[in-house]
Amino acid sequence: MPTYVHMTRCDGCGECVDICPSDIMHIDKTIRRAYNIEPSMCWECYSCVKACPHHAIDVRGYADFTPLGSSVRVHRDEEKGVIAWRIIFRNGTKDWELLAPITTKPWGVGIPDLNTVAAPSDEMRNSHLLYNEPKYIRMDEGGLHDLKTNKLVMREGVYY
Amino acid sequence: MAYKTIIEDNIDVLVAGAGLGGTGAAFEARYWGKDKKIVIAEKANIDRSGAVAQGLYAINCYMGTRFGENNPEDHVRYARMDLMGMVREDLLFDMARHVDSAVHQFEEWGMPIMKDPKNGNYLREGRWQIMIHGESYKPMVAEAAKKSADKVFNRICVTHLLMDESTDNRVAGAVGFNVRTGNYHVFKSKTVIVGAGGASNIYKPRSVGEGAGRVWYAPWSSGSAYGLMIEAGAKMTQMENKIVLCRFKDGYGPVGAYFLHLKTYTQNAEGEEYESKWFPSLSKDIVGKEYLDTEGQHLSHKPIPTCLRNHAFINEVNAGRGPIYMVTTEAFQDPHLEEIGWHNFLGMTVGQAVLWAATDVDPKYENPELTTSEPYVMGSHATGCGAWCSGPEDISPDEYFWGYNRMTTVQGLFGCGDAVGGTPHAFSSGSFTEGRLAAKAAIQYIADGKADGIKVTDVQIDKRREDVYKPMETYRMYRNHITAGTVNPYYINPRQGLDRLQKMMDEYCGGVTVSYMTNANLLNIGLKKMGLLAEDWENGIAAEDIHELLRAWELKHRILTSESVMQHTLFRDETRWPGYYYRGDKMKLDDKNWHVLTVSHRNPETGEYTMEKAPLYHLIDEADMKPAKKKKVAAKK
Repeated sequence: MPTYVHMTRCDGCGECVDICPSDIMHIDKTIRRAYNIEPSMCWECYSCVKACPHHAIDVRGYADFTPLGSSVRVHRDEEKGVIAWRIIFRNGTKDWELLAPITTKPWGVGIPDLNTVAAPSDEMRNSHLLYNEPKYIRMDEGGLHDLKTNKLVMREGVYY
Repeated sequence: MAYKTIIEDNIDVLVAGAGLGGTGAAFEARYWGKDKKIVIAEKANIDRSGAVAQGLYAINCYMGTRFGENNPEDHVRYARMDLMGMVREDLLFDMARHVDSAVHQFEEWGMPIMKDPKNGNYLREGRWQIMIHGESYKPMVAEAAKKSADKVFNRICVTHLLMDESTDNRVAGAVGFNVRTGNYHVFKSKTVIVGAGGASNIYKPRSVGEGAGRVWYAPWSSGSAYGLMIEAGAKMTQMENKIVLCRFKDGYGPVGAYFLHLKTYTQNAEGEEYESKWFPSLSKDIVGKEYLDTEGQHLSHKPIPTCLRNHAFINEVNAGRGPIYMVTTEAFQDPHLEEIGWHNFLGMTVGQAVLWAATDVDPKYENPELTTSEPYVMGSHATGCGAWCSGPEDISPDEYFWGYNRMTTVQGLFGCGDAVGGTPHAFSSGSFTEGRLAAKAAIQYIADGKADGIKVTDVQIDKRREDVYKPMETYRMYRNHITAGTVNPYYINPRQGLDRLQKMMDEYCGGVTVSYMTNANLLNIGLKKMGLLAEDWENGIAAEDIHELLRAWELKHRILTSESVMQHTLFRDETRWPGYYYRGDKMKLDDKNWHVLTVSHRNPETGEYTMEKAPLYHLIDEADMKPAKKKKVAAKK
């Protein structure tokens, strides 16, 4: 379901152009508003719909298999950490709202900056461990799994 | 042309493509390389790029070792059976032993992971899957990568890798262009980690017109992982292992949560269970009991390989008893499950929700149709196409190890996610983990002095600049030969080229219109036609503007990928994955000759292919040591 842009809501800010993963939201040079330049490369990912500050972008299902008349709209709020959806069926029998969390923490604060983390020791460097391992893998004092700890061998041949 | 040349020099780690794999690589590289210069080149905007741009409702690879749920080798055995034996078990074990630490970090970063109210553990969807509210999965991992990287270049379409001119077969960076400004970008780097994507849209899609964008894998996954590495001369493996997905019809909404969590099930148009009736003949005539023993598999917890379930689906439909339905009307009477069913789509495939709303299909009262998709070529979901990479020192046998984890056969060129071959079932968390592994190894490669003395002259940089803009030059040269329109005797545009590629792959390499059937004759004709398409691309692809230039280079990467797929499909002289594709001239699985991995090399100078078999090593424990004895015990029961 490719996107389209409401003429009266778009102010040509370009947020959709900036975010579209498929590079298909462009600004029309004459009317200076956004539009979908290549609907057949639209994945209906809603990245632009979520990013638009004016809710100016909507989706109309792919013409080759989707009848007209339904609506799936969304509001994503990073500050509140939620995303809200509203789905309306073509025949109106179903009209409901669904809410989901998008984060459990204030946006971004839980993500570490590894520039500020102590450098790994030589012992760590010479091991097969990654950052925060092994403590982020297991609760006990054990290390990383390998062939010896798990009593395994690599063998050529037909095994199932 | 007036485009500037912008050179970014002295890079230590260049991440080409920052989806889940690339963000993992950039994030981790900072930990091991405190003083290193880490740069990301991303085709779109890192906040919403790659296959997870839209979000995910599940993390499909999580061991739960912390909770005593699975060990890494359990996952290896699962992936082995699902892929009919054909996996790199060293790489898989390595990914599986690390993947939990990635997931635990995601939770710390703010990822809402659902919990099982009974025991407080992560809520399991299936044995390997956990459920999340992952709408913001991508912006979250992007944030982590941005904090680690020195610079992020968004909107750079990487077209080629740069090669060292002092030492053969060693990488030296990459080049590309900015899809907004049109400027030419040169990244000189000691190592490159390719995190670019697998290939959607190389097969004619079932949908037409606008719906061509409603592919299962993202339409921006242009096979660049393979295009870049194949052209640089990296060896590839298992490129024949394309995947066909069983999905909700047209919208391609995922079925995993429906099968595993909501306990919905499939039936044919008559309301009958249909799978099991196709299994005896499939087992007897094509794959053998070792791969399809429904009773034995149930006892040993081995899965029924996904391709074999597809086989039953395809045959049932072709026998005239379609459509196949997903029975949702039972599960959806529970309002909680009904809500999960819808959230599942809103979190990762909104288009399916739109389609049901538009067609008034309420799965509470009506069972939705399923379909099998056109084939895809990728290496992180349930299939393992990609580069032939070194494994880790403590796991890999000699044939699988050449110094650095996840390094391809080109020195200094690493991969993760779709780029690495033989590692299916990595999914998002496993791809992120592979990126981390590649990053650690790349930093070690630099520390060992392996990247010393790299030389890149202006000759190479200027040559590539000329290559990059050639499609625009072609357009400029021949546009005014015609009055108007898109029909020109001297060139084709990228869309026309893509249409030709899709038709060719569909008809000669087992697409939907031939029910996934091919044979050596068809493949040889296909390869000939592919050669002509490649020639037409070189001499006659035209780009009217920078956006079309992007599509032209995506097409180039798709063509390189597709040629490799055809070569591999021709080489593997058997039907290994019925339900993914059939070699009609060799309709039997042949373990005597083909219990091996396929490895290809394309000569970067001549374009010639050489194919070889690589030994297949399995991870074996004591119980597997004496298979004959085990069989007898099973027979007694």
